[in-house]
Amino acid sequence: MTTVELGMPDAPTPIDAAIARSLEQHGPKVTDLKGKDFKTDQEVRWCPGCGDYVILNAVQSFLPSLGIAREDMVIVSGIGCSSRFPYYMNTYGMHSIHGRAPAIATGLAASRPDLSVWVVTGDGDALSIGGNHLIHALRRNVDMTILLFNNRIYGLTKGQYSPTSEVGKVTKSTPMGSLDHPFNPVSLAIGADATFVGRAMDSDRKGLTEVLRQAAEHKGTSLVEIYQNCNIFNDGAFELLKDPATGPMWTIPLEHGKPLVFGPDGASCVVREEFGGLRIAETNQVDPSEIVVHDATREDPSYAFALSRLSSQDLRYTPMGVFRKVQKPSYEAMMAEQLDEARLQGPGDLGALLAGGDTWTVDA
Amino acid sequence: MTGTNPTVAPSESNGALATTVPSSAPGGLVKSVVALDRVVIRLAGDSGDGMQLTGNRFTSETASFGNDLKTLPNFPAEIRAPTGTLPGVSSFQLQFADHDVMTPGDAPDVLVAMNPAALKANLAELPGGGLLILDSDEFTPRNLAKVGYATNPIEDGSLEGWQTVSVPLTSMTLEALKDSGLGKKEAERSKNMFTLGLLSWMYHRPTEGTIRFLERQFRRKPEIAAANIAAFRAGYNYGDTTEAFAVSYEIKPAPMKPGRYRNISGNQALALGLVAAGQRSGLPIFLGAYPITPASDILHEMSRHKAFGVRTFQAEDEIAGIAAAIGASFGGALGITTTSGPGVSLKSEAMGLAVMTELPLVIVDVQRGGPSTGLPTKTEQSDLLQAMFGRNGEAPIPVIAPRSPGDCFDAAIEAARIALAYRTPVILLSDGYLANGAEPWAIPAVDELPDLTGDVGFATEPNGEDGEYLPYLRDPETLARAWAIPGTAGMQHRIGGLEKADRTGNISYDPANHDFMTRTRQAKVDGIAASIPLTDVEDPDGLDGEGARVAVIGWGSTYGPIGAACRRIRSSGRKVAQIHLRHINPFPADLGEVLARYDRVICPEMNLGQLSMLLRARYLVDVQSHTQVRGLPFRAAELAAVIQDAIDTAQPTAVTPSAGSPAVNGAQQ
Ligand SMILES: Cc1ncc(C[n+]2csc(CCOP(=O)(O)OP(=O)(O)O)c2C)c(N)n1
Ligand code: SF4
Ligand SMILES: [Mg+2]
Repeated sequence: MTTVELGMPDAPTPIDAAIARSLEQHGPKVTDLKGKDFKTDQEVRWCPGCGDYVILNAVQSFLPSLGIAREDMVIVSGIGCSSRFPYYMNTYGMHSIHGRAPAIATGLAASRPDLSVWVVTGDGDALSIGGNHLIHALRRNVDMTILLFNNRIYGLTKGQYSPTSEVGKVTKSTPMGSLDHPFNPVSLAIGADATFVGRAMDSDRKGLTEVLRQAAEHKGTSLVEIYQNCNIFNDGAFELLKDPATGPMWTIPLEHGKPLVFGPDGASCVVREEFGGLRIAETNQVDPSEIVVHDATREDPSYAFALSRLSSQDLRYTPMGVFRKVQKPSYEAMMAEQLDEARLQGPGDLGALLAGGDTWTVDA
Repeated sequence: MTGTNPTVAPSESNGALATTVPSSAPGGLVKSVVALDRVVIRLAGDSGDGMQLTGNRFTSETASFGNDLKTLPNFPAEIRAPTGTLPGVSSFQLQFADHDVMTPGDAPDVLVAMNPAALKANLAELPGGGLLILDSDEFTPRNLAKVGYATNPIEDGSLEGWQTVSVPLTSMTLEALKDSGLGKKEAERSKNMFTLGLLSWMYHRPTEGTIRFLERQFRRKPEIAAANIAAFRAGYNYGDTTEAFAVSYEIKPAPMKPGRYRNISGNQALALGLVAAGQRSGLPIFLGAYPITPASDILHEMSRHKAFGVRTFQAEDEIAGIAAAIGASFGGALGITTTSGPGVSLKSEAMGLAVMTELPLVIVDVQRGGPSTGLPTKTEQSDLLQAMFGRNGEAPIPVIAPRSPGDCFDAAIEAARIALAYRTPVILLSDGYLANGAEPWAIPAVDELPDLTGDVGFATEPNGEDGEYLPYLRDPETLARAWAIPGTAGMQHRIGGLEKADRTGNISYDPANHDFMTRTRQAKVDGIAASIPLTDVEDPDGLDGEGARVAVIGWGSTYGPIGAACRRIRSSGRKVAQIHLRHINPFPADLGEVLARYDRVICPEMNLGQLSMLLRARYLVDVQSHTQVRGLPFRAAELAAVIQDAIDTAQPTAVTPSAGSPAVNGAQQ
């Protein structure tokens, strides 16, 4: 990744020049990195035992496999415990303002298609104050990867319920239980026509890494919901899925091209229902041909949406993995194409532009 | 056809010069040509009548003829209020002259009213004796009733105080287009072009530009182009042959500095200035914006200039607009966001982020009447204090303002210069009057525009003693921080909205550091004063402080009306100094001293005294605030009265006004 196409082919822009100079000074880009190369000297300040640590470790150890130089990576976050993430990553980063990270990342990714742009956000950050930016980023399909750390609580502000908390959640701000219905972030993203939507568990290093890898490779906006334990304000929120005794019963692992059979001994499965819906059935009660074979690449989002609706607020029947992965032109690429097209007759001529329209001359 | 022949030059009542030269027109008609030094015309009609287009075309013709001019479009916020009603009236006023003019004129000399509503809404502002041209076809009982006329003013004698010419503009247009193949409704739409043709004859305007324009505009509908051109010519010929108009007027070109000129509106000039800033800095431009009146035209204009490496992003809201621009600036682009007051309110938190992260960013606020949705299409200067202080915390942002439509170009480049050189967000305060108003503009030579490349300077090498990169290490002179962009190896760093430790930019909650950083951010903005010119004082009657004892200070679009008022004052024999601010934060370094030289300082503003408050707080000067928030620019006569009063009461003995010439209604403009 050395050439930057910024829309001014006539002379190198200061951006091109800066990158060229840095290549001279540092030699070619270093892309064979180790996990520790992504660590910074900043002390990590999450509560001991917080799920954010596990996610940080998983990301740091997986990133080298992408072969992207650290200087070509930018992580933009909003506000929340989770949004401290960039400080701990030896890449470029911006810890911005509450909810706005997808919009900031959009401007960066749209004007610098040469970079690998990541967003780290929380359930409050992404779905409450920043809900508008999130859905618009998803529908635009700007090339970036959004990691939504969902702990179903406001961590940083000390434990109010969040837009993903279950109804009836008792918190400091809802002593008699919360009243509003939660968002299912995956349903929301699919509803916004996101081209890549996945879900993973903080503690499942292998599953998380696999979803992250696919998300990073996807061209366009990827959204990965990561269930993250906040052991201070919402401890055990995902225990049903994590507990080896109950987890397999309620988790539906998604593997592209594989039948959706799950549970101990594959006792449960997913079959089609009326009106395009899906339902859970007992495997031995249905004909194998009725069992849905997972296809993340379906153009029509209804299947992925139906899949996301299988889970209830209390997390029973939660699909984990990649729900949807479809190809659509990405925003920044189309934007660059428009610039190229506009330059077909040559780069802009400022003198001609200023003198555009009807002019007249006053003689001396 | 009723009414009297206008044989008196319409502007004489306002003091314009007129000389008469007889001439003969075809058909043996004797027509005379009257020379005027200036005219103010107001075109008024229904929103659907195309008055803005007609006004703009007349303006272009007038500009290319070489007159100096200023325009004032005035239209409702509704796209199409019910036809024929008062809320649906749209008008366009312009003043053009054989000398330089500073305003669109206080009151029209000529009013063209396309229907009863337009007459009713505007007649009060047409001075007695002024020329009134009416479309008699539209004065039907139904239309009269809509606006509450019990009788037809054309017939009931109520228009006797004016030179009224009522002409069946609509039916003459239909007659001219009877062979065009267009239906009645469609043909009727060309009546604005018929009217434009008539006015073009009356004022000896060149016509080729309009014909070319119509051909271009209706490229894909040649029959519509042909109909409009036919109507335009018919209107012109009608003027030439009718007895209704015995006089036409000649206004000689105004002496202007040699050079190439074009007509330009404020929004257009601002957009071109931003494009130029990109070209002159070498940086790609990224504009994040959400549509809002009266700023949208900047987004429209910028989106046409992709060949200049301009990326425009229509965001989901104003917050996303500025946020995306900040993201682009982090990546090394020149981030820009354009909006109006309500949008600025939404952007304030992100502006704070730009202050904290010390990234270059240009925020354009085209002010309109407020608060809340306010008066979307009307002008006001009431966002000044919002621009200065409308953020949480100590969040200083440089503020600059253009003084005329053409000056929006230079102001945009200056905003970019400050943003880049000092790594700071900059607010550019335009307003609705500048945005939509137009004037002739001397086209600048590209290589004479400021060179901004020296202000960019991306860091590519570690700047710390231990070979580390310190993003908050500052240039000792400008206090600008180092700016390393993603993609440069070894310079990875994190910035954000949390307080930064000096030099390293790491998160810091240290009390002494916060105090230091707060003061440093303020000092950086204050220090910009070193790079801007000293106070701009115009006092032709003496050296600063030696001549006038009274100064008028303004900012932004009040430059024209204040300047026109000062001319009146001076031609009455009094002395007055005009101080006009381009930079409001920081003020020019010598402003305090300059203000102290005068016995009185008057500050007219289209708000309730916001600059006055700043000046009083900052310099302890007893500024006399004069304010108005009518959604329209000041009238020069009104300001002249205020100034004259200040002068006469400040120094009753020292003033020696030339005999019998009160400033208020004596002089030009
Ligand atoms: C404009 C604004 N409003 C409110 C806050 C306070 N605030 C900070 S983080 C947060 C909620 C964070 O929740 P979430 O996104 O779920 O992140 P978590 O801490 O759980 O990781 C709130 C309300 C703020 N910083 N800015
Ligand atoms: S409050 Fe919760 S989410 Fe925040 S750091 Fe502590 S454990 Fe983690
Ligand atoms: Mg949370």
